[in-house]
Amino acid sequence: MTTPVLDVRSLDTVIHAPDGRRLHILHDVSLHIDAGECLGVVGESGSGKSVLARTVLGVHARTTRAESTGQVLLNGEDLLAAAPARRADLLGTGIAMVHQDPMTSLNPVVRIADQVTESLTNRRRLPRRERLRTAAELLAAVDVPDPVRRARAYPHELSGGLRQRVGIAAALAGDPVLLLADEPTTALDVTVQRTVLDLLDRHRATRGLATLLITHDIGLLYGRARRIAVMYGGRVVESGPTEQVTERPAHPYTAALLRSVPRVTGPLRRVLPAIPGSPPDLSRPLTGCPFAPRCDRAEAVCATVAPPVHRAGPAHTASCHFPLAAEAPRPSQTSLERTP
Amino acid sequence: MSATPADPARSPADPARSPAVLRATGLEVVHRTRSGPLHAVSGVDLTLHERRTLALVGESGSGKSSIAKALLRLPAPTAGTVTLDDTDLSALTSRQLRALRPRLQMVFQDPLSSLNPRRTVRDLVAEPLDAHPGLLRGRDRLAVADEQLTAVGLPPELFGDRRPEQLSGGQAQRVAVARALAAEPRVLIADEAVSALDVSAQATVLNLLRRLTEERGLASLFITHDLGVVRAVSDDIAVLQLGRLCERGPTEAVLAAPAHPYTAALLAAVPEPGRPLGDTGLLPADPPSPLDPPSGCRFRTRCPLADDRCAAETPAARPVGPGRTVACHRPLLPVLDRAGFGSAPVPAQRP
Ligand SMILES: Nc1ncnc2c1ncn2[C@@H]1O[C@H](COP(=O)(O)OP(=O)(O)OP(=O)(O)O)[C@@H](O)[C@H]1O
Ligand SMILES: Nc1ncnc2c1ncn2[C@@H]1O[C@H](COP(=O)(O)OP(=O)(O)OP(=O)(O)O)[C@@H](O)[C@H]1O
Ligand code: SF4
Ligand code: SF4
Ligand SMILES: [Mg+2]
Ligand SMILES: [Mg+2]
Repeated sequence: MTTPVLDVRSLDTVIHAPDGRRLHILHDVSLHIDAGECLGVVGESGSGKSVLARTVLGVHARTTRAESTGQVLLNGEDLLAAAPARRADLLGTGIAMVHQDPMTSLNPVVRIADQVTESLTNRRRLPRRERLRTAAELLAAVDVPDPVRRARAYPHELSGGLRQRVGIAAALAGDPVLLLADEPTTALDVTVQRTVLDLLDRHRATRGLATLLITHDIGLLYGRARRIAVMYGGRVVESGPTEQVTERPAHPYTAALLRSVPRVTGPLRRVLPAIPGSPPDLSRPLTGCPFAPRCDRAEAVCATVAPPVHRAGPAHTASCHFPLAAEAPRPSQTSLERTP
Repeated sequence: MSATPADPARSPADPARSPAVLRATGLEVVHRTRSGPLHAVSGVDLTLHERRTLALVGESGSGKSSIAKALLRLPAPTAGTVTLDDTDLSALTSRQLRALRPRLQMVFQDPLSSLNPRRTVRDLVAEPLDAHPGLLRGRDRLAVADEQLTAVGLPPELFGDRRPEQLSGGQAQRVAVARALAAEPRVLIADEAVSALDVSAQATVLNLLRRLTEERGLASLFITHDLGVVRAVSDDIAVLQLGRLCERGPTEAVLAAPAHPYTAALLAAVPEPGRPLGDTGLLPADPPSPLDPPSGCRFRTRCPLADDRCAAETPAARPVGPGRTVACHRPLLPVLDRAGFGSAPVPAQRP
């Protein structure tokens, strides 16, 4: 068996809020990504997807005090246990991040060339001319048209799609082994979204890049991520091959999530099926299933006993006392026939 | 003129009878950049009606946010007029404009940068009420804030005392929505207001907006790139392509049979669970730079139907159905003459 590029084992993360409260954000999160593989992470807003990415990267918001236990293995080496210097080294060369809105990660008053090559100039000084040339090459590799001119531009002079390509170019500059993409295409229209995701797929395949793709849009993982992890209340509640999880969800939360997707095909729904209730209070200890107050299958045991891991299929698991049976696949809308 | 008369719960107000609240004509927005003037918005007309939601879709950089900000004069458009209930906003002093502000609320695209990091969530939501205490009508400002937070699915006892930095992306977005709604606006401009939400939270916010549109007669402009969301939330749709409107009409009619090749490509590219990725049919070119748009039709570098005429002439908007227009030389639907009969042949091929 090969060592996964990223292997997260029983990760727990606690954030100490400034008001003294202790927020237990991640609970026993385990997941792994092999070289060249894309793992999709979906889930409730506030379920800990971004905190997971930030914990792997070891960066939290300025005022945040976070503590993690468990293991975050990058090519077998534990980032949480590594000495600070070694850790900085591993992170600097191994992991890169692409953010949702490149405008917030790009500096508005710094030329594109300097931002794209930032991870390189951290390691060695590049003369200005060479920096421009390298930046143009990096931009060309992510299909930015007219890369020489774009290298001299400032972020606001580019469209959102191009800015996201710049963000990806900057992330790929250091030749990482793991790419963390947190909602990378949320701000883009679907035609541009597709070209950006295709670009990520291409670099994943040619460089063997392991990719963690966080999204709220389950649909876009279809045909891209081999596996999906569904998060709720800081836990991975279901994981498995993309087709199985989306077509035969075993966890009631996943099933409810799929029902809420607003669709362009099928009957028009003016009132969307939202999941009633709100997510768990992370500052309180929780014994049973985090989804229990909102679950339509919940029984008394759910509120008191932590749900067992149910095997729904090969490599497909769900943490639930009463998982959905896997009999008939859900009717899926296959094609969209529109004749003019 | 609703496209779906069969569904009475759906389209509440006939645009012909529902009063226009906000009207923009001949909107132009030119940004100054180091590389010269950038025409972000060219000759756009929009009307927001009471009890109706207009969805504005279009690719990144097509000028959606520029339009939204121009409507609120943040900053003012380079040319064109915007009227609110027949008052020309450009004729108002900044003081008069400020007095109107609560009636015109906007949810900005990037919620974190529009929320003051030093204030608590509860305070941020109550803030628009401080400037306009009349809105309180005797209620406690923090109670009003809590009510709004609950409505967007954020329990105030968990989130009220937090600061923006302690929120997830979707939580910050909902604080921005709650804040805009606290002012009880007459017009709501929501720029990608649900784009970072999981689908269930998205459903909560969309259902809320739908309800307010009906109960309070809210007129909304809803900017999004998600056509599933467009379908659930809007009555009408306007599709923007490099600063120009290329197609508009009742949402259901447009999504059921788009007339513009760009709208058709957008629909084909929508990822949905259980649906294989369709072919957009677009030519493999990146969207052109808005600093240097193509001549004629601005979509022609990516359009599979483009011919010589598309490079030479800018297509004008022509009617293709009840309340529908398209700006294309070779639309996917026949163009109607004044009497409402089809006159142009349907092109043999579609993208
Ligand atoms: N610095 C912080 N201080 C306190 N709480 C925090 C902090 N950062 C995140 N949280 C909380 O931790 C939880 C997880 O946040 P996270 O940003 O990981 O959610 P997410 O799954 O990425 O959600 P979204 O889809 O909305 O982006 C949320 O409830 C959030 O409010
Ligand atoms: N302040 C500014 N200065 C210079 N150019 C700008 C400015 N704001 C926007 N632009 C440019 O104007 C064009 C339209 O931008 P706008 O933000 O309106 O597009 P958008 O449709 O909202 O895109 P997105 O979907 O990415 O938010 C883009 O090319 C953008 O780069
Ligand atoms: S364990 Fe119980 S409450 Fe939790 S998801 Fe399963 S059925 Fe629902
Ligand atoms: S005018 Fe021509 S290039 Fe433009 S959308 Fe129509 S067919 Fe395509
Ligand atoms: Mg997040
Ligand atoms: Mg915008």
